[in-house]
Order: sequence, then structure tokens, then C-alpha cells
Amino acid sequence: MVVVLLLITLVCSAAVGLVYKVTAEPIAAAKDAKISGAIALVVPTFDNNPAENPMTKEVDGGVMTVYTATQGGQVMGYAVETFTNEGFGGTIKLMVGFLPDGSISHIEVIEQKETPGLGDKIDKSKSDFSLQFEGKSPADFKLSVRKDGGDVDAITASTISSRAYCDAVERAYNLLQTIKR
Amino acid sequence: MSKFQLFAKGLIKENPVFVLLLGMCPTLGTTTSAINGMGMGIATMFVLMLSNMAIALIRNVVPDKVRIPCFIVVIASFVTVVELLMQAFVPDLYATLGVFIPLIVVNCIILGRAEAFASKNTVFDSMLDGLGIGVGFVLALTVLGGTRELLGAGSLFGRKFITGDGILIFVLAPGAFMVFGFLMVLFNKLSARLNPKAK
Repeated sequence: MVVVLLLITLVCSAAVGLVYKVTAEPIAAAKDAKISGAIALVVPTFDNNPAENPMTKEVDGGVMTVYTATQGGQVMGYAVETFTNEGFGGTIKLMVGFLPDGSISHIEVIEQKETPGLGDKIDKSKSDFSLQFEGKSPADFKLSVRKDGGDVDAITASTISSRAYCDAVERAYNLLQTIKR
Repeated sequence: MSKFQLFAKGLIKENPVFVLLLGMCPTLGTTTSAINGMGMGIATMFVLMLSNMAIALIRNVVPDKVRIPCFIVVIASFVTVVELLMQAFVPDLYATLGVFIPLIVVNCIILGRAEAFASKNTVFDSMLDGLGIGVGFVLALTVLGGTRELLGAGSLFGRKFITGDGILIFVLAPGAFMVFGFLMVLFNKLSARLNPKAK
């Protein structure tokens, strides 16, 4: 009885181990492709591979990453992978692109669990919410919703998601400022 | 029972979702859209078919006392394999279904078929059984997801028919129960009409 169970568990764990070995590389590649794709979407043209030398930093209990995009050695922009835990459905992860002067170029949602049809409008494919950030510099564009005295038009019926989004963008901006200094 | 009946019974007569009422957690949780429902259904179908075959293969060497741990180990291994493969080759689908994939292990359809069918039948028959029940599960989840997507977001398989929002509640959790209830009524009505002699 014990022998049979042992044999079955042995065979099964060997099979899982084998599949893990085979898929480890494609999984890592798929993750990298996702990050590189998001970087390419949020910063202007560049000719280096920003995903190659990321700068990671632990902030507020989470890990943030800054990717620098350069062309011919000149900095074209920064892509900051940022997060917030204030979302309605938990953590939201964003990729925020900044131009060298500190203004926002584009923002992409990497991961979110907001309410479908309401909070998920933070995604560019669902509504124009994120477009209002483009070209704005957080130095003179207050990153909080109008209800809280900021400059951001919140998504109707999704103030919590909108606040969380602002929180994540602001965190990215603050990190970039400390790094540039 | 002929080979074809073995396969076809899972579609309507023993449909896992609408008749056996098994595996409700992934059914209600993942069917926010047609594509999510279908993805979850196909992943479950794969695991079901493979685990049914494997269990039919080892059914004679497994002592009765430890059969449940053995079945669970086999099923869990297949689920992990499917999870890794999805992560590697369809990362987008994995991103939306990720949290539900490990739950296939505890999906009672799979252990139920292992116990009720695969542990007593040949490998080939078990495969047909798994395939039939699996296809029934895929169909049920796709219909459920499609209905919710249609009512809740005004789209089907991601293609939008109306501008603006649908009736949001159908995409949210209460909508899952509502649509499921109504579909079950419809399903029972249809299957009663299809074979009036059954009841």
C-alpha cells in the first residue's frame, strides 16, 4: 500500500519537475516580453534594451523598478513599474512613462483586479481616463482626484480606483525624483 | 452502452454543470466573459481527460485504502503541468484565469469522474468519458460566460455590439448566480423536451 503510494508520488513529482524544467525558459521569456512591451508603449523611441539594466527599489512594502530608455547614449525617458495597494480589488500595477523633464508620457496598466465595467476603466482600452495624465508634469498637476482637491477627473462611480491610480502614479514620480537627484 | 453514448452522455444527460451541479466554484467565478469561460473549460477538460486515463491505467495496482490520495496526487500533477504550460505559452489567458487554475485540483468533477468511472473502466472508455464530460463543461461555461458578457458588457468574445456599458450586475458575482439559475431552468426544459421518456 505504502509502496504504491510512494511510487505514484515519485512518478508524479518527476513528471512535474520535468515540465517545470521545460517551461521555465518560455515562462521567463513571456514575462520579459510583457515588461519590454509595456516599456515600449510608455516611452518614446529608444535604441537600447531598457529591460536589461533595471533599477529596483523597495518602497512602502513593494518593489518598484525603473527602466531607462536611451537613444545614442542620450536619455529619452524612464519607464517606472509602480504599484498601489489602495485599489478596490487590491493591488494595481502600472507602468508609467516619464520624459526626461519629468512629465508623464504614457501610462499602461500591467495588473489590476478592479470591478469590471467600473474600476477597470483605468485601463486605456476601456476608457480615456488615463489620457488626461499624458503630457502633464506632476510638479504642477496635482495627482489626486478633484473631490480631494486635485486636478484629476475621477472615473464616475469609481473614486476608489481613481484615487489608487493617482497614488501609484505619484509613487512612481516621487521615486524618479529621488533617483534623478 | 455504446462508445458514442459514453461520450455523448456528458453533453446533455449528465452535463456536469447543469445536471450534476459539480464544480460550481470555477463555473461561477471565471465566467465573466465567453473567452474566460471557454479557457477555463478547456483547461479543465484537458486535466479531466488525462487524469481519467492515468487513473484507469493504474486502477488495478492501487489498493482500495489509498485510492483517494493516489487520485489526488495524479490530478494535482496534471493541474500543475497545465498551469505551467499555460504560463509559458498563453500568458494572456493565464493572467485572467491564473487564480482559478490551481483550483481545478479540488474541482469535484474530476475526482468524481475518477472515483465513479475511471477506477472501474478501461483506459479508452475513461478517455471517452472524460472527453464527453469535459466538452459538456466547456459548452456550459462558454454559454454561461457568453450570456453574462452579452448582458453585462454588450459584447461577445470581446466584440462589442453596443456603445457604453451593459447591465453591469451580470458581470459581477450576483449576475453569475442569476444567469446560472435561469440557464438551468432553460436547460432542464430543453432536455425534458429532447427525451420525454426520461422522467
